[in-house]
Amino acid sequence: MVKLLEDKDRIFQNLYGLNDWSLDAARDRGAWLGTAAMLAQGKDWLIDQVKSSGLRGRGGAGFPTGLKWSFMPKEVGNRPHYLVVNADESEPGSCKDRDILRHDPHLLIEGCLVASFAMQAHACYIYVRGEYIQERNRLDAAIKEAYAAGLVGKNACGTGWDFDIYMHHGAGAYICGEETALLESLEGKKGQPRLKPPFPAGAGLYGCPTTVNNVESIAVVPTILRRGVDWWTQFGRDNNKGTKVFSISGHVNKPCNIEEALSIPMKTLLEEYAGGVRGGWDNLKCVIPGGSSVPLLPKEICDTVLMDFDALREHQSGLGTAAVIVMDKSTDVIKAIARLSYFYKHESCGQCTPCREGTGWMWRVMERMVKGEAETSEIDMLLEVSKQVEGHTICALGDAAAWPIQGLIRHFRHEIEERIDNYRANKPVFVQAAE
Amino acid sequence: MSARRLAIRQPAEFSLSSKAKKEIGTWVKKYPSDRKRSALIPAMWIAQKDAGGWLPELALRELGDMLDMAYIRVYEVATFYTMFNLEPVGKHYVQMCGTTPCWLRGSDELKEMLTRKIGPQRSISADGKLSWLEVECLGSCSNAPMVQISNGDGDHYYEDLTAESLEAVLDELVAGKKPPQGPKNGRFSSEPIGGAMALTTKNLSKARGTLKKLPNADQKTTVNYYEWDPKAKRATRKGWVDPNRKASADPKKRSGNLGRDLTAGLVDDDPNKGLPKKASKPAAKKIAKPKVLYTEGATDGAPDDLKLIKGIGPKFEKELNSNGVYYFRQIGAWKVADVKVVEAKIKSLATGRVKRDDWVKQGKALAKATAKKGKT
Repeated sequence: MVKLLEDKDRIFQNLYGLNDWSLDAARDRGAWLGTAAMLAQGKDWLIDQVKSSGLRGRGGAGFPTGLKWSFMPKEVGNRPHYLVVNADESEPGSCKDRDILRHDPHLLIEGCLVASFAMQAHACYIYVRGEYIQERNRLDAAIKEAYAAGLVGKNACGTGWDFDIYMHHGAGAYICGEETALLESLEGKKGQPRLKPPFPAGAGLYGCPTTVNNVESIAVVPTILRRGVDWWTQFGRDNNKGTKVFSISGHVNKPCNIEEALSIPMKTLLEEYAGGVRGGWDNLKCVIPGGSSVPLLPKEICDTVLMDFDALREHQSGLGTAAVIVMDKSTDVIKAIARLSYFYKHESCGQCTPCREGTGWMWRVMERMVKGEAETSEIDMLLEVSKQVEGHTICALGDAAAWPIQGLIRHFRHEIEERIDNYRANKPVFVQAAE
Repeated sequence: MSARRLAIRQPAEFSLSSKAKKEIGTWVKKYPSDRKRSALIPAMWIAQKDAGGWLPELALRELGDMLDMAYIRVYEVATFYTMFNLEPVGKHYVQMCGTTPCWLRGSDELKEMLTRKIGPQRSISADGKLSWLEVECLGSCSNAPMVQISNGDGDHYYEDLTAESLEAVLDELVAGKKPPQGPKNGRFSSEPIGGAMALTTKNLSKARGTLKKLPNADQKTTVNYYEWDPKAKRATRKGWVDPNRKASADPKKRSGNLGRDLTAGLVDDDPNKGLPKKASKPAAKKIAKPKVLYTEGATDGAPDDLKLIKGIGPKFEKELNSNGVYYFRQIGAWKVADVKVVEAKIKSLATGRVKRDDWVKQGKALAKATAKKGKT
């Protein structure tokens, strides 16, 4: 039996919004405690602590946060530094940042101050996705409270550090979750990713050194510093330390968001918090463990796999944003992936040809596969094309479009073949399994 | 990508209300004064609200004028972002999420109901009150299926829907009521239905505690600066110099450029620039007696006529000779640190003179020439 995370060790104590989100209540829960002392330790100490905590970015790629911070120029030159927080949560399956924005905004704002100081940035922009209108109003209200209490603004927290924090929002483009596309969008342009290098740490927002971090990565930092790296590193396996907010959706009895320690077995996560798979664990067909862009995993792997970056990577998938999409045996998994292909076709920014043309092509072939109206040899062709899209584009959207299809073919090729055979034999191609 | 165009039928007249203009003004203030354009997306959103849920071309032009932008740049943004409606919509505009997590939970039923009730996507119902569109993930996946309904009162998420509960919401809206937003199956937000299984401990809201001292506050910092290595395509510690380690005497072996501005891409001509002071001290000491600089008299054939170097007269030649410098090649081999030593030894030699007259380069060239002469 795996030991579950205790309530006292959860960072987002108000994840469900059952309590008040405002400053006083957030302070009662421990936010803004000792912030000035953290800044007084100096930026090198801050970066050092975040590095030794082993915190990996929560936005999908899992890049070590402290390391990212240390890419910023050591001294501020003639260009100001910026921190940009990526709250453009659009990955299908993922809805964790929304809960942080609307229910625990002060942890995020505090994190922004600490992170900005560590990178010597006097200004921070939080880029909230366009559809989160209630959430951005909430965030704006929380920022106003923090200004009024002197926690941010001139002489933030009485430390002598001037810090301005602004809320910005997008308008419904998934691609703006990519860091350079987000910066383009923040500059008032189309969200088309930039070529790297130069990396944002060299030339980011307005050509100035910029670090882009996910909401959750920033919001957990103050608590890690307050409670100590030793506290944080007791959760999770090596290289996968800490706690993480999981979003569980799809065919479970009780879909929910939950903060748990990394490296929790997937089965435990689903059964303890989400009420188990609809119709029992044996009714499980497959799980997409990290948001739409990672390959799915069939039940055999789900039985034992741990929810962390390295364990899922071993199975050729990934933790992504820890958005667990569960599918039971009644699911037409080919259609589920075809729907994701449509999503990527819709969200491609159109800048690189392999992605612009490839996502549409893959979607059209997938739609035929759903009906079984294809040649068996086309499965390999589809796989081949997906490999041509992957890695041949400026940003990772091409990869993200290819991976779900590759995962499908890897684990469910027999279903596609069977469907093609059925179509030719004039049989029903997909029969809904009894629930 | 989705191809989107401005509406064919455009209103003959339109201008933004003063309230909208004022609101846009507050947004412009968030960005550096020469970066007004950053406010474009929020401004467009305000304009869309002002125009009744969609963006006429005249509104886009007005924004272009306000933010000093070419119209085409404004159109570009308006057609790129899918939240900007380029055609009129109903009074209550329903955006239904149809991406996989919602589809798994039955968004097809909602779709069927919406088609039956309102008509095909993008069409407006006869009374002008409703229109709908299937959109991509709206980020409320653990509350699937869901819709967002935009109207004059704002933009609200209705979650955990069934075809019946959504129809009830729509009926209420058409009847002029304001149905409450949020999950429709009895839960509050993203907690599991039937009560949360976590965060149930009592008095969590008063868990503040006290903090006398930060943990690890005494920990010493050993910040290692990483650099992007374009060859290896990863960050390496190549550029990291251990401040406690003695620096190599040969500046070429010293790849240390701690904290160099990674962006500049310029190589410092002074290898000591940016090095911690501790590291540079032993380096100077070591350089103080390199062979090439000091010889025991003119042991290597006849001494060169150092006066051939522009900037060296009989006086400096004598001084240099007394310090053991007899040959062009010696001067040609000087490094920055050597020059410092020489300048310190010869009192009458002003600092910077060697660099200004470029003795080192001249020395190198002359040494080459004499070597050639010697061979022939």
